[in-house]
Amino acid sequence: MDRSRSARDTMRDLLPRLVLSPTVALIAIFVYGFIAFTTYLSFTDSRMLPSYDLVGAGNYTRLFGLRTWDIALTNLAIFGTLYIAICCALGLGLAILLDQKIRAEGVIRTIYLYPMALSFIVTGVAWKWILDPGIGIEAVVQGWGWESFAFDWIKDRDMAIYTIVIAAVWQTSGFVMAMFLAGLRGIDGEMLKAAQIDGASTFALYRRIVIPQLRPASLSSFVVLAHMAIKSYDLVVALTNGGPGTATEVPATFMYSYTFTRNQMGIGAASAVVMLMTVAAIVVPYLYSELREKS
Amino acid sequence: MAAPTANAVTAGTGDPARTGGTRLSARLPRLVLYALLGAFCLYYLLPLYVMVVNSFKPLEEITSGGMMALPGSWTGAPWRTAWSEAQIGVQPTGLRPYFLNSLLMVVPAVTIATLLGALNGYVLTKWRFRGATVLFGLILFGCFIPFQIVLIPMARTLGFIGAAGTVRGLVFVHVVYGISFATLYFRNYYAAFPTELIRAAQIDGAGFFQIFFRILLPSSGPIAVVCVIWLFTNIWNDFLFGASFADYDSQPMTVALNNLVQSSTGVKEYNVHFAGAIMAALPTLLVYIVAGRFFVRGLMSGSVKG
Repeated sequence: MDRSRSARDTMRDLLPRLVLSPTVALIAIFVYGFIAFTTYLSFTDSRMLPSYDLVGAGNYTRLFGLRTWDIALTNLAIFGTLYIAICCALGLGLAILLDQKIRAEGVIRTIYLYPMALSFIVTGVAWKWILDPGIGIEAVVQGWGWESFAFDWIKDRDMAIYTIVIAAVWQTSGFVMAMFLAGLRGIDGEMLKAAQIDGASTFALYRRIVIPQLRPASLSSFVVLAHMAIKSYDLVVALTNGGPGTATEVPATFMYSYTFTRNQMGIGAASAVVMLMTVAAIVVPYLYSELREKS
Repeated sequence: MAAPTANAVTAGTGDPARTGGTRLSARLPRLVLYALLGAFCLYYLLPLYVMVVNSFKPLEEITSGGMMALPGSWTGAPWRTAWSEAQIGVQPTGLRPYFLNSLLMVVPAVTIATLLGALNGYVLTKWRFRGATVLFGLILFGCFIPFQIVLIPMARTLGFIGAAGTVRGLVFVHVVYGISFATLYFRNYYAAFPTELIRAAQIDGAGFFQIFFRILLPSSGPIAVVCVIWLFTNIWNDFLFGASFADYDSQPMTVALNNLVQSSTGVKEYNVHFAGAIMAALPTLLVYIVAGRFFVRGLMSGSVKG
């Protein structure tokens, strides 16, 4: 009797852990184990296949000496900065406009947000042809009679990276709008009323009271956008495929081509590690503060 | 997750009582306001318009500078070509087999990941143990990693377990990296579920699984919908894993669409590309239109997300 009872108690204690264990095992192997494996490979002379001969930090030295990697990082900096800045500005602006007791707000919100449901490949295909000088905006405007109109950024080495910003902003800005709108709806109305009675101007109201209270929404938006920018791969592939030449190469496309088509797995692994570190530098402090607050 | 998310949920539900908190309106003329909002509607709708309109046009109408115009003569041919005739792999099969691949990949992956996520959320909130928060944090980090970091070992692993280049392999990959999100959703949802009910059931002698299936699961409807929609959208739209791990005959829709558009042989059939793009977009778009409320909720609570 006693024994069977204690067995049942043990079972009851064990069962929850048992249920959780497949997930723990999967995450341990396929997230952390794989991170360790790729990190290890980044210190080896792996080419087409993984090799286990360590060569020190040679891959990192070579990586940062590569012109393509340099271009990829510069592009990420340009793209990331503009993408985050424009998405936030547009998102905040639209959220404030939508927060003015608008009729048909639901419909408008649905329209602003639907691109978020699409695949980046679909977005890329649509914008690729819209921006194409042969059939897109340039051809259309010329057809309307403005013969000298030119808009060929997508074919222009110096401007192509900005076309990626255009398409990416189109896809994600509605999402940022939704984040800020949610933040606006959470603001205490009494406080605003009080400030209005005190004679604060609309501008001051927004600058002093509303926008500071949107900090949590801004922070989440920033983290999401930043890590999306670093991971962005599909959109670049679909829109420009890294071209013209290597003009729109980003770390994600660099990693893929060095690893799988150029047979430089060691360098590819090193670039993946750099990407992970960058994401971790943004995400880990954020997760830490969020989870600590909660528990 | 709490701070931004809790409020965020109401944004998607459009609770009319709470709309319009701040008042810029008195000073900004309503007409300007609506004109601005309308202009942005056009901006967001323009690419969709371009895709739809041009998918029904003969090719000449597009190449002669008529991208923004309505079709002069409507035709369904581009759709037929994109669906069943276009040359993507070895055979001129159109996108149909790849659409099917995507379905075969999405359905099991979403189902398995959601079930595992529900169980995990249950354990992490109702059977708390030392280190549960740390463990959750470690699981959550899986939502954020750039998947480039796992591509090489995953390619090896799929080869090792004999799932390289198969839809099965893709299902496996998506389950593994979908669990983090599913766990996040259910954990946050169950955290708000009254623990007293669980304790009461325990005193009445209900076991671990009885509590889960009889008490928690029946009230998990909303979060299950959120989770399913989120995973469905993410997995359907995935490109990186499909491009890395699929063979010609197991490619998902996104990869096939990209191949269709990027193929450099022959005339560029823009109208076919647009029809194909709509086909790839349709499932997730439909889900968004039908269940947008849940989509937004998922976006928000996963907005510590990916």
